Amino acid sequence: MGLLSKKDAKLITDPLADNNPITIQVLGICSALAITAELKASLVMGVAVLFVLGIGNVVISLMRNIIPSKIRIIVQLIVVAALVIIVDQVLKAFAYDLSKTLSVFIGLIITNCIIMGRFEAFALANKPWQSFLDGIGNALGYAVILIIVGFFRELLGSGTLFGIPVLGDPIDKTGVYSLGYENNGFMLMPPMALIIVGLIIWVQRSRNKALIED
Amino acid sequence: MAVNTDKNSYTILFAIAMVLVVGSLLAFTASSLKPAITKNKEIEKQQNILYAMGVNGNEGTGDITFVSKDKAVDAFATNVSEQIVLEVKGGKILKEMTREEFMKSKAQGAGKEPYLIDIKKEQTKAKNGESRFLPLFKGQQNGKTVYVTAVRGKGLWDAIWGFIALDKDMVVRGAFFDHAGETPGLGANIKQRYFMDDFEGEKLFADSGVFKGIAVAKGNNDPKNLTKDDNEVDALAGATITGDGVSAMIKKDLKLYLPYFKNLK
Repeated sequence: MGLLSKKDAKLITDPLADNNPITIQVLGICSALAITAELKASLVMGVAVLFVLGIGNVVISLMRNIIPSKIRIIVQLIVVAALVIIVDQVLKAFAYDLSKTLSVFIGLIITNCIIMGRFEAFALANKPWQSFLDGIGNALGYAVILIIVGFFRELLGSGTLFGIPVLGDPIDKTGVYSLGYENNGFMLMPPMALIIVGLIIWVQRSRNKALIED
Repeated sequence: MAVNTDKNSYTILFAIAMVLVVGSLLAFTASSLKPAITKNKEIEKQQNILYAMGVNGNEGTGDITFVSKDKAVDAFATNVSEQIVLEVKGGKILKEMTREEFMKSKAQGAGKEPYLIDIKKEQTKAKNGESRFLPLFKGQQNGKTVYVTAVRGKGLWDAIWGFIALDKDMVVRGAFFDHAGETPGLGANIKQRYFMDDFEGEKLFADSGVFKGIAVAKGNNDPKNLTKDDNEVDALAGATITGDGVSAMIKKDLKLYLPYFKNLK
């Protein structure tokens, strides 16, 4: 990447693994549990957060010298809420079908801890370009975990991926179902998402001992 | 930066300025986009009603496909032969209006199309002991007349609603459900074809002739819904409350149409 200095590139690559917002910073768990029953929803949510966090971080970073510290959290909240609502309205007017798909995610984005967390921890103290990269990096890190969780939940819970059956038909007993395999309905419940996230954290920390806290 | 951002006066000024800027920005966006959004919503309602009627672009077992946006208005005009409005109160029909009569009446503000009746407002009216309007859309499906009814209820997080096409015996000939904010992958699946398709052929009456509605039932052991006379469709895993909401909304709202269908016989 000739465009980015080494330090800048780290802003994008770090959150993908060793500083992942979900598995290391433990932010955004709520939405990771709520919407990962399907791969498609995970993907949409990932893209939506990418968009909002990228722009939101830049806006907060531009305002970082004039935001009064006493009310900074409220200011951050207003920025993200306004941003999300405007995007929602524009979509409703010009891309109605898309907005129908996204409507459920709007509320989840505004209340997503990752967004507030990155505003607070990074954008308030850094320049716009770095903040933008940080936003993109963290959103990608978030999306990666969402997609992994969504992949396993949809595959094991419904036997489909992106809504397409991959394991055969559970009702007609074709494919692996003819061997006596059953979908695990429990995978569709939020607790299983937490368990999968826990497993990812386990794998990640056993590969990189430096991540283990005392 | 020489500004002291810790001063109280600065904080207050900043807050006021922020509210003004963000408030006017949002107000400006909302009001300038409103006509386009309203138009989209009207077309969507027409698409939904047509969908329930069986006029849609569904192919094989794929996703739900509506009549395309640019064709929806024409398709609505040709396929919906009549829009009827019933004024009901306490289980009785007070008045039956045609589209023209309804659009002339002042009750809803003159010139309003029946399909734009706000079910939520009508339900509040009924709750307050007033009479309410029920929309009904007549059309043809395989040479038989079908009547599309409107229902609305509560899911887990927010409102759910739908349009259900019935024949004269109140057997379901098509259903469409939508929601404002059910959980993606779980409750939101009421908008999936495999859920809606299950309703086709279901009866609203038990064999004894009692109005029973259709229950979204867990463990009914009939995932393909081959038994059509058990007043049950298969539930969605992990979406109990949304499913119960669908059952409740069908039972409560379709009951209101009973007197009309009785008169048909």
